[in-house]
Amino acid sequence: MSNSIDIGRRGFLIGAASLGGGLALGLDIPFGAETATAAPLIKPEVNAWVVVKPDDTVIIRIARSEMGQGSLTGLAQLVAEELDCDWTKVTTEYPTPGESAARSRVWGDFSTGGSRGIRSSQDYVRKGGAVARAMLIQAAANEWSVPAKECRAEKGVITHAASGRSTSYGKVADAAAKLTPPTDVTLKDPRDWKIAGKGLLRLDTADKTTGKMIYGADVKLPGMLNAAIKACPVFGGKLASYDESKIANFKGVKKVVRVGDNAVAVVADTWWHAKTALDTLPIVWDEGPNAKTSSADTAKWLAEGLNDSQPAVTGNENGSAHAAIAKAPKVVEAVYSYPHQNHAAMEPLNATALYTPDRCEVWTGTQNGEAAFDAVVHASGLPAEKCDVHKTILGGGFGRKGFTDYVTQAVLIAKQLPGTPVKLLWSREEDMTQGKYHPVTQCKLTGAFDADNKLTALHIRISGQSILSTVRPQAVKNGVDPAVFQGLVSTGDAQIGYDVPNLLVEHSMRNPPVPPGFWRGVNINQNAIYLECFMDELAHATGEDPLAFRRKLMANHPKHLGVLEAVAARAGWDKPAPDGVHRGIAGYMGYGSYVAAVAEISVAQDDKIKIHRIVAATDPGYAVNPAQIERQIAGSFVYGLSALFHGAITTKDGRVEQENFDSYESMRLKDMPKVECIVMPSGGFWGGVGEPTICVAAPAVLNAYFAATGKRIRSVPLKNANIGFV
Amino acid sequence: MTALFVNGAKIDVDVEPDTPLLWALRENAGLTGTKYGCGIAQCGACTVHIDGQAVRSCSVTVGDAVGKKITTIEGLAQNGVLHRVQQAWIDHDVPQCGYCQSGMIMAVAALLSEKPNPSDHDIDNAITNICRCGTFQQVREAIHAAAKA
Repeated sequence: MSNSIDIGRRGFLIGAASLGGGLALGLDIPFGAETATAAPLIKPEVNAWVVVKPDDTVIIRIARSEMGQGSLTGLAQLVAEELDCDWTKVTTEYPTPGESAARSRVWGDFSTGGSRGIRSSQDYVRKGGAVARAMLIQAAANEWSVPAKECRAEKGVITHAASGRSTSYGKVADAAAKLTPPTDVTLKDPRDWKIAGKGLLRLDTADKTTGKMIYGADVKLPGMLNAAIKACPVFGGKLASYDESKIANFKGVKKVVRVGDNAVAVVADTWWHAKTALDTLPIVWDEGPNAKTSSADTAKWLAEGLNDSQPAVTGNENGSAHAAIAKAPKVVEAVYSYPHQNHAAMEPLNATALYTPDRCEVWTGTQNGEAAFDAVVHASGLPAEKCDVHKTILGGGFGRKGFTDYVTQAVLIAKQLPGTPVKLLWSREEDMTQGKYHPVTQCKLTGAFDADNKLTALHIRISGQSILSTVRPQAVKNGVDPAVFQGLVSTGDAQIGYDVPNLLVEHSMRNPPVPPGFWRGVNINQNAIYLECFMDELAHATGEDPLAFRRKLMANHPKHLGVLEAVAARAGWDKPAPDGVHRGIAGYMGYGSYVAAVAEISVAQDDKIKIHRIVAATDPGYAVNPAQIERQIAGSFVYGLSALFHGAITTKDGRVEQENFDSYESMRLKDMPKVECIVMPSGGFWGGVGEPTICVAAPAVLNAYFAATGKRIRSVPLKNANIGFV
Repeated sequence: MTALFVNGAKIDVDVEPDTPLLWALRENAGLTGTKYGCGIAQCGACTVHIDGQAVRSCSVTVGDAVGKKITTIEGLAQNGVLHRVQQAWIDHDVPQCGYCQSGMIMAVAALLSEKPNPSDHDIDNAITNICRCGTFQQVREAIHAAAKA
């Protein structure tokens, strides 16, 4: 199997523009199953980020993970821009976290979440390209005995005009690698970009159209066995016992193993054999204290937290909202709620582990190579220098694959079969019921007006789940999970865009026994619904146009307002919509970017919706690849509308009730309108792209639904209100 | 051993007849381009052609596929030339994560062989695959382009 050869021996080479975009897996190093040491990266390198081969092929190292969001291509563009190389000769390569650890973390952070892939590494990867360029030019200058400043480089060719000489990067790369890197490089002004800033085609497309792309689920190593796993369906429960005699005669079964304290896995020759046997295996669970919990109980408990008599912490405050509300002649109040969601990446969680007493290696799709590496070190019990993680391209991530539970499981299984590689693949059912779910919250919003219909106070009280208190408790100080207030605070990369004289934003933390996680967009998903639908309610209460109402409160927030004005202009907000079509608008800030949308919908009498059009704008500061940004915007609407119309994870008797896509539906092509994207980078800051726009999808549609019907929907998904598609 | 005719060749697979075709293709024939997404014919990531029809291979048994002509994503290109759907996918930069795209491409190739110039309505009805990245906009655009190619 050629795949096994490729994967075993090399870090991945991803994308080869010079080869028509083909994935060049493990070009030149044959597999040797006997030794399990990691293959070195391609050498020699000019510096950690750049390798130039004698044929002028440029290999750019990418530490962040590619899961569809396109930052692999974007990061390569940034390096290539500063390097001034020939883009058609660029390929990319993942360094491993083990190699990075051995080199003092030369590649920095591997974590790929929070829309940080480009914005948090753009500075040092650009410098990496610029330093390599300077070294290559210096090497040529040395060869010619001329000052480097008299030489120039373009598309990988170095020229010295005065003497008429020229050479290529590939010819001087060896000499360049021996030079001391300069410490003072100047990065280009983005206005001068030729490779970055352009909507170039992705580097990783071709093999995704031929079936050749190897995802974690496709990894195959010589002699590999396959594992199917089942963890206690009640969160916090444990594995009590199982009766493997009942599957003793099942074909292909090699071993049944305990995995940690809460799961059992069947290891077999094929995954289908493992899964079939596991489905028959009698398992006794110790369900623990959560065996009777349900979403209905959680909803009641969260509703109590909306009451001002209950303890809460403050996330943002100016003036005195309570006092202003108490004396206001007009008050508007509403309660919203948002359910748990599952990431449901198309590729279920998986990891392949090979453990020997001397070494442990894992092949997996992970959003956080270093966290996965840490998990391998801990689960294997081996020193870090005897472990490594080989990242694959991910079949979706959306936040779930930043967790490492599945990596730990794979190692714990492989440890019980030393010397035999084992691929652990979760069934869709396991993936759906053992998630790290989008947190559940409710929100009570109160707005107060004076006699002139001027908004004098806004009180936002959130009750519900904190991700950080479970996932990163050290980030929660004095009971405050700052992430809960995403988009509702006055500083940082997710600021509220409205000035209200008296503002209070609070959180009553209530954590149900359902493990929370970061889900594409995280807390902007529900917070944008709460704020932006309520703004619509407030506008309506004054009889004002929703955009005009917002404008008055946004005078000091020109970038928030800028994207709103852009979508309004494109949608023709000041002109009537076509007959029977109604509009809704929403804007927000998240991950350093400003986003807004207008949705145009019609609603048939039986509450069947047709979305005719979506106009979406984002101002991410700088746009490294506008074409990919458009795809991320359009795609985030699919994800956001899936949650709005269909998505809810509910529990009963401590168990998740949805097991597959039949009960956790997703948007289909027929229901998605074209998303008209406006990418409007205003410069001066670096905002994220993968997540921000998701949050305006739902409120724009909900506000349009109100415009069409006069009915406010304050709880999602819409399927619970029998609202569907035409 | 069971003989299957896959991508123009006879492949012997050592599986029970009730094994889903998906797993025989992935694990026994080594054709991992066909993806597992749900196992219950909901998502379409495992779509292959059986006698030219798009089917979800997770819900067809090996026994039922015997004697039929099976085409997977690996067999869609002919004589080293990409199928026009694959080419349109590249030209329009359709895939994001790409995991669902094998199935998507197989579904589209079957649609175009039945309806060479499909309307948006035809596309809506025929292409029901789940894509969580949300590539539908590019998918629709590329289908129309492939139809014209």
